[in-house]
Amino acid sequence: MTSPIDHVERRGPQRLWPRLPPRQREEGARAALIAAASTVVVIGLILWWVLSSDTWPAVQRQFFSGFHFRESFPQVLDGFWLDVRMFLVAEVLILAIALVVAMIRALRGPAFLPLRAIAVVYIDLIRGIPILLLILLLGFGVPALQLRGVPNSPLFWGITALVISYAAYTAEVYRAGIESVHESQRMSARSIGLTQGQSLRYVIVPQAVRNVIPALLNGFVSLQKDVALVFVLGIREGLREAQIYNASTFNYTSYVAAAVLFLLVSVPVARFTDWYTERDRRRKQAMSS
Amino acid sequence: MTDKLRIEDVDKAFDGKVVLREIDLAVGEHEVVCLIGSSGSGKSTLLKVVNLLVPVDKGSIHLDGVEITGPDANPNIVRQKMGIVFQSFNLFPHMSVLANITLGPRKVHGLSADEADERASALLERFGLLDKIDEYPDRLSGGQQQRVAVIRALASQPELMLFDEITSALDPELVAEVLDVIRGLKEEGMTMLIATHEMGFARDVADRVCFLDDGLILEHGPPAEIFSSPSQPRTRQFLQRIVDAGRL
Repeated sequence: MTSPIDHVERRGPQRLWPRLPPRQREEGARAALIAAASTVVVIGLILWWVLSSDTWPAVQRQFFSGFHFRESFPQVLDGFWLDVRMFLVAEVLILAIALVVAMIRALRGPAFLPLRAIAVVYIDLIRGIPILLLILLLGFGVPALQLRGVPNSPLFWGITALVISYAAYTAEVYRAGIESVHESQRMSARSIGLTQGQSLRYVIVPQAVRNVIPALLNGFVSLQKDVALVFVLGIREGLREAQIYNASTFNYTSYVAAAVLFLLVSVPVARFTDWYTERDRRRKQAMSS
Repeated sequence: MTDKLRIEDVDKAFDGKVVLREIDLAVGEHEVVCLIGSSGSGKSTLLKVVNLLVPVDKGSIHLDGVEITGPDANPNIVRQKMGIVFQSFNLFPHMSVLANITLGPRKVHGLSADEADERASALLERFGLLDKIDEYPDRLSGGQQQRVAVIRALASQPELMLFDEITSALDPELVAEVLDVIRGLKEEGMTMLIATHEMGFARDVADRVCFLDDGLILEHGPPAEIFSSPSQPRTRQFLQRIVDAGRL
C-alpha cells in the first residue's frame, strides 16, 4: 500500500514536507490517534450529559427548534447583512481616524501641546463612557435636535457613535505600536533631515502598524459583534430582527440564528488572528537568531 | 583653515547628571577629528548635540560661521548639511537598501525617484554594494548594514559627517571594511568628527585627537602627540589600559 507521502516523494526531489525518520513518524501517528480518541470521548460525554438531562427537550424547543430556525433565518440574515455593511464602513473610518489621533499624540515639542492635549482628552473621555450610552446619546439625542444640514438618521448617528468609541481604543493600540519602535529609528529618520511628520509617516508608522496587526484584528472581531448594539435605536439589523421574531413567537431560536451568523464571521477572523500572530512570532524569532 | 564647525562652551546634563562640560572644539574644513575616551565620557552625546538631536543646556554651536543652536535655527535645514551614522546601524528594516538610501534625497532634497535611484546606485557601486540594492537590511551582514548606513548619510551630500562608534557593534572581522569607507572619505576631503574606540584607526586617520573624560575635553592635539606623549595622567591611564588590552 502506498501512503500519500510516498506518492509525493516519488514525483521528484521537491517534497511537500521533509520525510521524518520512521521512529518520529510512528510517534506522530500515535499522538494524533490519542488526540482524536480523547476528543471523541470528551465531546461524547458532554453530549450525552446534555441530551439525557430532563430539561433538554424544553431547551431544544426554545432555542434549537428547526422550524423556528427556518422561519426566522431569512429575516435575520437580511438584518445581518446590514451589520456586515455597518462593520465595513465603521472599520475603515476607525482605522483612519485612530491613526491620525495616535500620530497627533506621538508629536513632540511644545508647539504641538494643544493638539496632543485634545487627543488625550478625547481618548480619556471616550474610553470612560459605556459605548451603549454613546449610541443612545447620539442616536436619539442628535436627531431630536432637528439641526439643519445634519443627518437625522439614527443609523448615521449609531455608526458615528461606534466610530468615535472604537477610534479611541484603536488609537491606543496604534500608540503602543508607535512606542514599540525603537527610539533610534526616530533619531535616524530625523538625522537624515526628515521632519517629525515625515519620520512618522515613512519610518515609524509602517513599522508600528506591522507590530500591532494582531491587536487590530482583535478589534475587528470585537467591533464585528458590537455593531449589533445599534439595535437599541430601532435599526433593523440582525439582532433587532431576531428580537422582532422572538416578540411574536416567544421562541428564542431566532437569537440562536443571529448568533450563528455572528460566529460565522468572527470565528474565522479570530483563527486568522492566531495564525498571523504565530507566523509573525516565528518570523521574528528566525530573524533574531 | 576656516572652521566648518565650532562648538563653544557647551554644557549638557541629563536629569541632573552632567554629561558635557564647557566643551570648546573647532573642526576645520576637510579636517578629521577623532574623539576618544572611555564609554560614558560624553563622545556620543557630543555628536548628538552637534546634530541637534539633543538640545544644549548652555553654549552655542556654529556651522559655517552661522549659529545653529539659536531659537531661529531650523534643525531640519541644519541636518541637511550633515550626516550622522550610529553605532547600531539603524537602517529602516521595512525598506530595501535602495529605499533606505533614497528616502532622504527624495523627501528632504526633492530629487525625483530617478535622480535619487541614480545617486544611490552610484554610491553603492563605489562602496562595492551594488548587488545588495534590492536586499532588506536583515539579509545583510553587520558590516554591510553599517556601510549602507554610511551611504544613506552620504546620499544627502553632507558637508560634515559625524560617526558615533560605528564599529563598536561589529564582529572584529567586519571592522576593517567599515573603517576603509571612512579612509576613502578622508581622501576625498570630507570633514569628519569621529567618536571611536579603534585607537589604531584614530592614529591613522585623524588630523587631531580629542580625549574626553567625564564630559570634559582633557586634551587634544595631533595623534602622534596624544598617543605617544600625552600630557594628562588620565589620558596616559586610558591609553595604558587600551595597550594592556592589546588594542593598540
